[in-house]
Amino acid sequence: MARQTVIEAIRQAMDEEMERDPSVFVIGEDVGRRGGVFLATDGLHKKYGEMRVIDSPLAESCIVGVAIGAAVNGMRPIAEIQFADFIAPAMNQIIEEAARFCYRTAGDFNLPMVIRAPWGGGVHGALYHSQSIEATFSHIPGLKVVAPGTPADARGLLKSAVRDPDPVLYLEHKRTYRLIRGEVPDGDGLVPIGKADVKREGKDLSLIAYGLMLQYCLEAAEKLAQDGVSAEVLDLRTIKPMDEAAVIATAKKTGKVLVVHEDNRFAGIAGEVIAVIMEHAFDSLDAPVMRLTAPDVPAMPFNHVLEEAFMPNVDKILAKARELAAY
Amino acid sequence: MASIKMPQLGESITEGTISKWLKKPGDPVKKYESLVEVITDKVNAEVPSPLNGVLKEITVQEGATVSVGTEIAIIDEVGGGREATPATASGAAREPQSVAAPAGQPAPPGETGSDQAPASGSEGRSRLSPAVRALLEEHKISDDELSRISGSGIGGRISKKDIEEFVVRRGRTAPDGGQRVAPDGDKQAATVAAAGDSLPLSPMRRAIAVNMAKSKQTIPHAWTVAEVDMTNVVRYRQQVKDTFKQREGVDLTYVPIVVKGVVEQLRATPILNASWGEDKVTLHREINIGVAVSVEDGLIVPVLHGADRMSIAGLARATDDLARRARAGKLTLQDVQGGTFTVNNPGTFGTILSYSIIAPGQAAILAMDAIVKRPVVVEGDAIAVRSMMNLCLSFDHRVLDGVSAARFLQGLRHWLEGFSEQVPLY
Repeated sequence: MARQTVIEAIRQAMDEEMERDPSVFVIGEDVGRRGGVFLATDGLHKKYGEMRVIDSPLAESCIVGVAIGAAVNGMRPIAEIQFADFIAPAMNQIIEEAARFCYRTAGDFNLPMVIRAPWGGGVHGALYHSQSIEATFSHIPGLKVVAPGTPADARGLLKSAVRDPDPVLYLEHKRTYRLIRGEVPDGDGLVPIGKADVKREGKDLSLIAYGLMLQYCLEAAEKLAQDGVSAEVLDLRTIKPMDEAAVIATAKKTGKVLVVHEDNRFAGIAGEVIAVIMEHAFDSLDAPVMRLTAPDVPAMPFNHVLEEAFMPNVDKILAKARELAAY
Repeated sequence: MASIKMPQLGESITEGTISKWLKKPGDPVKKYESLVEVITDKVNAEVPSPLNGVLKEITVQEGATVSVGTEIAIIDEVGGGREATPATASGAAREPQSVAAPAGQPAPPGETGSDQAPASGSEGRSRLSPAVRALLEEHKISDDELSRISGSGIGGRISKKDIEEFVVRRGRTAPDGGQRVAPDGDKQAATVAAAGDSLPLSPMRRAIAVNMAKSKQTIPHAWTVAEVDMTNVVRYRQQVKDTFKQREGVDLTYVPIVVKGVVEQLRATPILNASWGEDKVTLHREINIGVAVSVEDGLIVPVLHGADRMSIAGLARATDDLARRARAGKLTLQDVQGGTFTVNNPGTFGTILSYSIIAPGQAAILAMDAIVKRPVVVEGDAIAVRSMMNLCLSFDHRVLDGVSAARFLQGLRHWLEGFSEQVPLY
């Protein structure tokens, strides 16, 4: 066991996978000599050389396109999008090609590739460095979308994503990079894709979240405990395929559910989680299922007061959870 | 064949008593034809048949009280070829459109019965979550037991936790494994009761109890009194009452006159015509005045809808009509819902200071106490015999403060003291 930050866990996962499997390589903007803007690939260029840690042009469609071509030919690429906000130029490659390749070739070809994308706000990054993209990509059949919230899950899910036969969009919340420290197990420490995790047991209500919001929910649950409210916290970890059984189990257990995410509200992940609950756990509900999300405005504001207003935070989660507890 | 069920004659009503079957088994019934008379907490209603057919069987006899949804009769459909369709009469029953402002407060002040609560909470008791319903089923909790569980949720909603705690309590008091005491509330009140008897609760008694307890527990009541010189009103009424009776066919009492004054003052002080919501106060555009009427075994508060659009004569006729129908048990649900302010008249029984309880969902209630002749110091320091009355106002101190209450009473006092033939009756 070692205590690591999220960014250290991600770096270690890539290092271990590259060492284990020579077909694994990294491609992205500034990932080579510079070690990436967040230093996620720091040291890998020196260790594995420029053939396996490739500095790409500033062209996301190229990064993903190259990764697709390599994957078809038996490689296991890890494509880094410098900020999730910049992923739009690669959308055609991701949606039309990567997500559908296996289906289009009737299963003759899989694309064992990972797209890593630092996402989310709260870092004073404004419009181009704060966006949440999970709902957009989760809508596309053929893509897996994961969003770990702890160092152990960051490492375990990245390693599982590299070994997965299909394209995985790996979202790493940039505010958690150096904020969150935690125990990372020895050995492989693989975390299965598609499995949620109860991060805190409780009986009065459930908080469901992922990424940075998971941490905020855990803090809120701690404060709720002081009010005598026992909150369960379910970490989705994988957004798609969603662990419906875990969602249903916690809803049935507490009968009161609050879903929290930083992505916009409309057609967001919370809507999907809530639909699953309504379909399968309606008879156990003791209150309307609630959600706390960012508002449907075009972008994260730069002004820090407005940024704070945009982002869900511990106080907002507490207020909503208390409303739910009192219902 | 169609099963006829006890209809839900109002949002919060959970049971009804069969007062009279209007058809016997074997009688043909037409769609919409009255089938049975039902008594509930609030109103008596005739339940129409939902279809054409022949009354085959009566499954609940007169005098029995059953919960909403219980089968009370079976009708053979005419032309019988179709599959049996479960029919609830409620659709055709007098389900009123939701009236005016607050979700519907039939509840009387000071004492009446209905279990409706203010808008935010009105559904608290009647709306059970799926989890609560499942627990009721699982633990075989009766309606009667349910009515004794106090809800800890918003607006008094009964939560899953409340039921779980009740089950634990019940388990403690019934160590034999949860055998239940026969519910006593389902019986009709005995007509003759001797000292030492315990009286079973009628639906009205129980509703009054729930409502009043809720009001006193949740509303911070404040109380203030103004003394009014009614001499001008008394004189005027004396002059016109005989011709009024001849012309209108109803007595001109003090109630419609005071209600008229109340309406005028509510226009000037709208904060008294309001509802408390947990995060807001709602001012009502309509002025619907509840008027307390005592009936056998309780008290009911029918509502003068649109009181602000009525003359004194119109208010007199409408009040008379409501009181008659209240005593005859002919009020409709709409008659008792939607009140925004209540006037109570205990003074007819000689009271001089009355502290009424506010109807949940309203901001205040006014009590008219007895008009008594007393020596009073008048202008020029002379002593005169005047007809004096106390007006007692209970108000929700969350909604308004003493200054608004006092201003309202002062305005009403000036209006009544300045009464003359100039004030139009029509």
